[in-house]
Amino acid sequence: MIETTLSCPGCKKKHALTAAEQAGFICPDCGKYLRVPPRSRAAMIADAGSFSEIGAGVRSVDIIGFPGYADKLAKAQAETGENSAVLCGTARIKGMECAIFVMDPRFIMASMGSAVGEKITRTFEYATEHGLPVIGFTASGGARMQEGIVSLMQMAKCSGAVKAHSEAGNFYVTVLTDPTTGGVTASFAMQGDIILAEPKALIGFAGRRVVEQTTKSALPDNFQSAEFLFDHGFVDQIVPRESMRDTLARILMLHQRSEKRA
Amino acid sequence: MNAYEKLKTARRNGRPLGSDYINAMITERLDLCGDRRFAEDSAIVAGIGLLDDVPVTYIAIDKGHDLNERVKKNFGCVKPEGYRTALRLMKEAEKFRRPVICFVDTLGAFPGADGEERGQGQAIAENIMEMMGLKTPVISVIIGEGGSGGALALASASKVYMLENAVYSVITPEGCASILYKDAGRVAEAAEALRITAQDMVDQGVAEEIIPENFDDFPAMCADITARLLADIDAMSSLSGEEIVQNRYARFRRIGAYTEV
Repeated sequence: MIETTLSCPGCKKKHALTAAEQAGFICPDCGKYLRVPPRSRAAMIADAGSFSEIGAGVRSVDIIGFPGYADKLAKAQAETGENSAVLCGTARIKGMECAIFVMDPRFIMASMGSAVGEKITRTFEYATEHGLPVIGFTASGGARMQEGIVSLMQMAKCSGAVKAHSEAGNFYVTVLTDPTTGGVTASFAMQGDIILAEPKALIGFAGRRVVEQTTKSALPDNFQSAEFLFDHGFVDQIVPRESMRDTLARILMLHQRSEKRA
Repeated sequence: MNAYEKLKTARRNGRPLGSDYINAMITERLDLCGDRRFAEDSAIVAGIGLLDDVPVTYIAIDKGHDLNERVKKNFGCVKPEGYRTALRLMKEAEKFRRPVICFVDTLGAFPGADGEERGQGQAIAENIMEMMGLKTPVISVIIGEGGSGGALALASASKVYMLENAVYSVITPEGCASILYKDAGRVAEAAEALRITAQDMVDQGVAEEIIPENFDDFPAMCADITARLLADIDAMSSLSGEEIVQNRYARFRRIGAYTEV
């Protein structure tokens, strides 16, 4: 059955989806950003009715018979009503055409397997063919280990599509949302011409516990936060949710191919 | 051997390391160092030299032969500066249309706080993206462990070889076991489930060929690898830069399995 509540990643309290939506996906109890389901995210940034899906039917499967994966997939598909952990499509933002993808932390923590890799690749291929900018909202636990090595290869597959899109003179902006980690950080999340992040989002490559074990010292409180990445020069701007649509619209406007001035 | 035995074999002390292959295969060797941004990372051994009579750029991850070396090289866990050095040399190779040969052997990219501060994820992301657009051939040989993104950052290649007992994995079997079974001790099960062997790579289209191991006659084994690499370089020599990029993309484009409903 489709899950109709969202848990706050801060205070863990469950909120009805409709109430969360009315609150702009900001926890009414603790103020932390809730993880926005992709269709809601698309609605928040795109012009009403402009979203048109790419690869809707692409569905994850248990490709190597990994223990427990078939059940995990079935549960994620039932609870989200989605076939995979990413929503892709085209949309307009203040009238400007673009392609977008939004990853879905409700779906096995938006880990990237074949279906995610295929859909993101198709989105970039479509955008290259039609000369569209791409806006990508990333969130992910990383590559999906239940699909083995094939999930790692999706990093190269998507990166090849990003590279071709870029070489053809097209624009790509990523918005890093909570949590963006592992193989997604180490591929298309960090490949944008412009990289934005939501406040306080967890963003990193290695997991915090592994880093602690390696470094053998206490890590700063803000380690691997959006603010930490900003301070180290890896993020252009931290953009609050309420101004995301306006910011993206301005970015798209400034990247429109201008006619030569007379 | 099962997957776990192969994993242990791939990690065994005394197995030839990245620098051993370069020593055995490359003449007129010119090591090149540093990322021009922050530091040199000695876990990367790289430069330009002759493979038989063909100039190549070689890039190896080297775990280190003794404890001193291993500590200095972080046991072959490459830092962002190492990946950036590798990318700098790959771009230099592209400029002169020189093939690139990578020898990969790592548990994974260095996971320390300083690596995170300097953008380990960004460094790997940039390597993969730029490699996917590189207009010169890249051939990667997984000689021991192919550890996740840290390996892919040197293996987004035109062709990938696996040594007979080398492994390639999306996550260390230990990491997988601790997440999946909440028990890092169940490594053998995780190794089996992840499908990490050379044959698994060929079956899944991730590698093209398996190279037999013959460490008792290492020079002969390296001569075999050299012959294979030269044949690949010859086969790709007539391709344009655009064709090399297209072929590499097509190679990765078909990897993956899903249904469409």
